[in-house]
Amino acid sequence: MATAEVTKTQTQSTMVQALRSALLEEMERDENVVLLGEDIGPRGGVFLITEGLIDRFGKDRVIDTPLAEAGIIGAAVGMACYGLRPVAEIQFIDFIFPGFDLLVSEAAKMRYRSAGQFACPMVVRSPYGGGVRGGGYHSQSPEAYFVATPGLKVVAPSNPYDAKGLLIASIRDNDPVVFMEPKKIYRAVKNEVPAGTYEIPIGKAAITREGKHVSVITYGAMVHVALEAAEIMQKERVEVEILDLRTLQPYDSEAILETVGKTGHVVVLQEAPRIGGFAGEIAAFIAEEAIGYLEGPIVRVAGWDTPFPYALEKAYMPNAQRVCRAIKKSINF
Amino acid sequence: MLPEGLSAESLRDMYYCMVLTRTCDDRAFALNRQGKIPFAATCQGHEGVQVGAAYALKRGTDWIVPYYRDTALAIAFGVTPREQLMCLFARKADVFSSGRQFPNHYSVPHKNIASISSIIAAHVTHGVGMALAFKMRKEPAVTLITFGEGSTSEGEWHEALNFAGIHKVPAVFLCENNEFAISVPQRLQMAVENVADRAAAYGLPGVICEGTDPVATYLCVREAVERARQGGGPTLIEAKCYRAMSHTSDDNQLTYRTAEEIEALKVRDPIPRFEGWLKERGLIDDGTTEELKKKALAEVNEATDWAEEQPPPTEEDLYTHVYASGPLS
Repeated sequence: MATAEVTKTQTQSTMVQALRSALLEEMERDENVVLLGEDIGPRGGVFLITEGLIDRFGKDRVIDTPLAEAGIIGAAVGMACYGLRPVAEIQFIDFIFPGFDLLVSEAAKMRYRSAGQFACPMVVRSPYGGGVRGGGYHSQSPEAYFVATPGLKVVAPSNPYDAKGLLIASIRDNDPVVFMEPKKIYRAVKNEVPAGTYEIPIGKAAITREGKHVSVITYGAMVHVALEAAEIMQKERVEVEILDLRTLQPYDSEAILETVGKTGHVVVLQEAPRIGGFAGEIAAFIAEEAIGYLEGPIVRVAGWDTPFPYALEKAYMPNAQRVCRAIKKSINF
Repeated sequence: MLPEGLSAESLRDMYYCMVLTRTCDDRAFALNRQGKIPFAATCQGHEGVQVGAAYALKRGTDWIVPYYRDTALAIAFGVTPREQLMCLFARKADVFSSGRQFPNHYSVPHKNIASISSIIAAHVTHGVGMALAFKMRKEPAVTLITFGEGSTSEGEWHEALNFAGIHKVPAVFLCENNEFAISVPQRLQMAVENVADRAAAYGLPGVICEGTDPVATYLCVREAVERARQGGGPTLIEAKCYRAMSHTSDDNQLTYRTAEEIEALKVRDPIPRFEGWLKERGLIDDGTTEELKKKALAEVNEATDWAEEQPPPTEEDLYTHVYASGPLS
């Protein structure tokens, strides 16, 4: 990675560009990779992730579908079972519920119910999360539903470099992957993204920032809220370590234990409502497996237990101040 | 004159397939009443449509995406009595799911039988995706997707047929209309008279056939299969049949239809009707029908005894095949 040649080919990219380049490279590599979704053809998808791909690969591999999420995911299940590697786009993850049945009852259980005779290597990509004034139906973070379904994998990148490597790994994975794209940072965050193909393994977390006093465990767009909080806490001489899970199912239990062992204080940060959320799983795991390391309570920072608001979005979304308060609650125990 | 594409021998095979299915079906209910298996679903009254449709397909090339009432279709497509009984007993060596699924939830890739769940009409969307995959990969397969008329009320059914019509996928949609969605009669399921009427909404031909007649169904499905294979797109076929028994072993049809109504349906039983048809044409005689019924019973007896002896899955089997890499925790 650090060689001069590789550096030359790297450019500052947005997540949109990184995701597009992952799709393009995988479609060039494997003709069985096909895309389907609403408005993904000439329109390029509402967030332009698939822009230009129909010109390159044609309408048989970039399929503009009817407005029918069950039809999209259901067709992808059939395609995946019979030799293709479909990547379905659900325009906003808030719209996934008409197709939820196909993911949860069908894709997730295909391998198990056929005792390994059929597999479902497919990806459902979808923008999730708030912060773009999307209101109640263009802002939600429904990862807990998918994480609670054995048979599905769930991925949520926090930056362009990871997004590309994780999407490539997801397309190559032999099980169905729900790939959650944090739309708030589609263009707001840039980093170096190599032109060539690379994979980031599913199930591996990353330390975004090292620190020794407290661990903030998070994923997706919230990684950047954690970074902001870490800067603030730095001024108070509190060194915050940030663990970016990158994959929620399977999550990197080793990396969690390592950071908890190092700091003894934990904040788990998610955008979704608190009750029944994924942060609760992480907190429970730490309580079960690492209670001996803990020097304070595990504190969750989450969205409120309400539907996602429109006018009051700012009040709803977890911010750096809330994370700082949680950090203090944990370390001042 | 014999129907095009069917020899005297294949007609007798079709008859045997219907008899064998009926014997398996009766056995399943008997085993359930004896407390030996937890659950049974019946296809009695549907044998004609299913066997007729199976014989219209090219074995080894075409695929079926069945639903849970398709025992005869599966048997005609190569599922053996031993395999059928193994799934009823939910044994470890059950080839469909290794004891993970309800009876008749087939998954037999080496016999071109897709995997199904219990979610009504979900499989119709898969069948369309599968047909699209075959088309894109330039494989000659036609996909036969079957369902009851109850399925046609589901949103997934609509989404699947809409998609199939747009992309002219090589599929045949076969509705086995038995007039009941468990207890709800057709008049409370749809305002149209025929399921086939719905085809217009998807730009497909909608065809009706007599589903208790295997030859009529065969001819109808055959034409649709050829059309699909030539790139002409899918067809929606509605085979009118009936359900002779309760929905499943857990249902009691006397709570929603009378004993007289049920008795009156018996004149439509596809097995004696097809037997008569074969006899009229001198293709079978009383001696042969008796012999075939005995043969079916012997096969099912042997399969029952054998399957009952097989071991169930063990607790370790709980954790296999969750992911390609195994379970997560």
